[in-house]
Amino acid sequence: MRDPRETFARTATELLDEDLSTALVYAEISGQYFGDAARRHPDRVVNVGIREQLLLSVGAGLALTGMRPIVHTFSSFLVERSFEQIKLGFSHQHVGGVLVGSGGSVDISSGGRTHQSPGDVALIDTLPDWTVHVPGHADEVAESLRQAVAGEGRHYVRVVGQQNTTAFAVRPGRMHVVRRGSGATVVAVGPMLDPVLDAVEGLDVTVLYANIVRPFDMTGLRAVLGTNEIVLVEPYLAGTSSRVVAEALRDLPHRLLALGIGRTELRRYGEPQEHLAAHGLDAAGLRASITRFLAAAAAA
Amino acid sequence: MTTGTIGADTFDARRGSARTRRGSTRTRRGSAGGGYEDLGRLMSLMSGDEKHGPAATSTLDVLWVLYDRVLDVSPQNMTEPDRDRFYLSKGHGPMAYYAVLAAKGFFPESWLTDWASFDSPLGHHPDRVLVPGVEISSGSLGHGLPLAVGTAIGLRAQGLHARVVVLVGDAELDEGSNAEAIQLAGALGLDRLTVVVVDNASTSYHRPGVIAPRFEHEGWDALVVDGRDHEALEWSLSRRTPGRPNVVVAEVESK
Repeated sequence: MRDPRETFARTATELLDEDLSTALVYAEISGQYFGDAARRHPDRVVNVGIREQLLLSVGAGLALTGMRPIVHTFSSFLVERSFEQIKLGFSHQHVGGVLVGSGGSVDISSGGRTHQSPGDVALIDTLPDWTVHVPGHADEVAESLRQAVAGEGRHYVRVVGQQNTTAFAVRPGRMHVVRRGSGATVVAVGPMLDPVLDAVEGLDVTVLYANIVRPFDMTGLRAVLGTNEIVLVEPYLAGTSSRVVAEALRDLPHRLLALGIGRTELRRYGEPQEHLAAHGLDAAGLRASITRFLAAAAAA
Repeated sequence: MTTGTIGADTFDARRGSARTRRGSTRTRRGSAGGGYEDLGRLMSLMSGDEKHGPAATSTLDVLWVLYDRVLDVSPQNMTEPDRDRFYLSKGHGPMAYYAVLAAKGFFPESWLTDWASFDSPLGHHPDRVLVPGVEISSGSLGHGLPLAVGTAIGLRAQGLHARVVVLVGDAELDEGSNAEAIQLAGALGLDRLTVVVVDNASTSYHRPGVIAPRFEHEGWDALVVDGRDHEALEWSLSRRTPGRPNVVVAEVESK
């Protein structure tokens, strides 16, 4: 399988070749991938150094001249460190851009808390009109980036190392029905799909897959509901999309289990898979949470 | 109020401007509106204070000289890709800015009277979506100069020779984001970028004479001028320094 981050870099390089209005701004991180692009397009590939506030503002300043910026570093510095630059540089100035964060919640597990950003999507979600891409496969990374750069408006693309075996089409505001059942509905976001499918083996549930979570496919969720039990499995802060599920089902009595990265700091290093397990996001942890939730429903 | 349309046009024009690169006729300045002597009256429409003269506002002379004598921007070319840009980074106290824009015909003088009311497009911090001629929305300090660095890179990448002039206050330079911007602009030799620091010695930890050297250390061309002297302002702000960004420290009375 292709590496998602390398796929991002290669696709960005292709887009720089294809479209003169595209620019890439980065802050040292991932510079090892951008050598060719920088040589071919020295005016449109900009390394700002270790200056993440400036990173976002330079992207927005480029957009003010009519260019389409791709702005990239680790999500922890892209979104969490520089949040006001996103809020004011892009949203308040009312210009478009494509932010691409890597690292996500657990990629840099051995780096500790400083390099982990489970809160990125929740932070972006405080702003209106951002399209949030959570690709679960390298091919989806390429497709999300292409659509985001070709489109208008503001996009956040969350590129992480973990990926599913199968790639799905990228369709803003539309989820995929991966499995039909008559019971609960499980929404798997991005790289959570494979562990979710393992976890619900033998359970009579529907599985939806989302590689874009904003806008959220409320219609698609309502269309497949069996029992009014929903399990949300997100690879970032647990509960990030609870509010949109609540909105989608506001006229229906329902129960929601929202799984994701917990708020408590682990203060552990080790491997990504160990962090996922610690947050209950491996197949065994997911199965335990989901069966407990469904058993409670049956008992009620 | 028709301001929503203005904002939408600004946004929709975004992609087109990079791709079409229309050759514009560089009309130098708008002929509409009043002169410098009219600014006091325009500001009094906002302040309600008949005695509120131009000297009471630290930025007024710099703003006037930029729009009257230096920048190639007017209501006629304000959406052209190759117009000069002015970024008011220090969004605080924008009365002088609004007075100059009204005097130059960017929006009607009648907008000034109910400024900062719920229905007015003119707030205590300017919003580019609401006000014709306003290039950035500002208010939170330390954003305008970093945005201008991006804009200068964008102008260069598109082969446009327009410039971006950004006004910051001396106390605004407290914000660390400016340090990032000053360093990178010097390193990249962004000669489409000019900073004008209106220095009224308002920073809490003021040390005389440190602003210009700070920029010079990062490779900028720097001048210090009297911020009330229109001839000195015109000369220094019109100056371009090939291969380097430049800063003009405009000294005015201490706050």
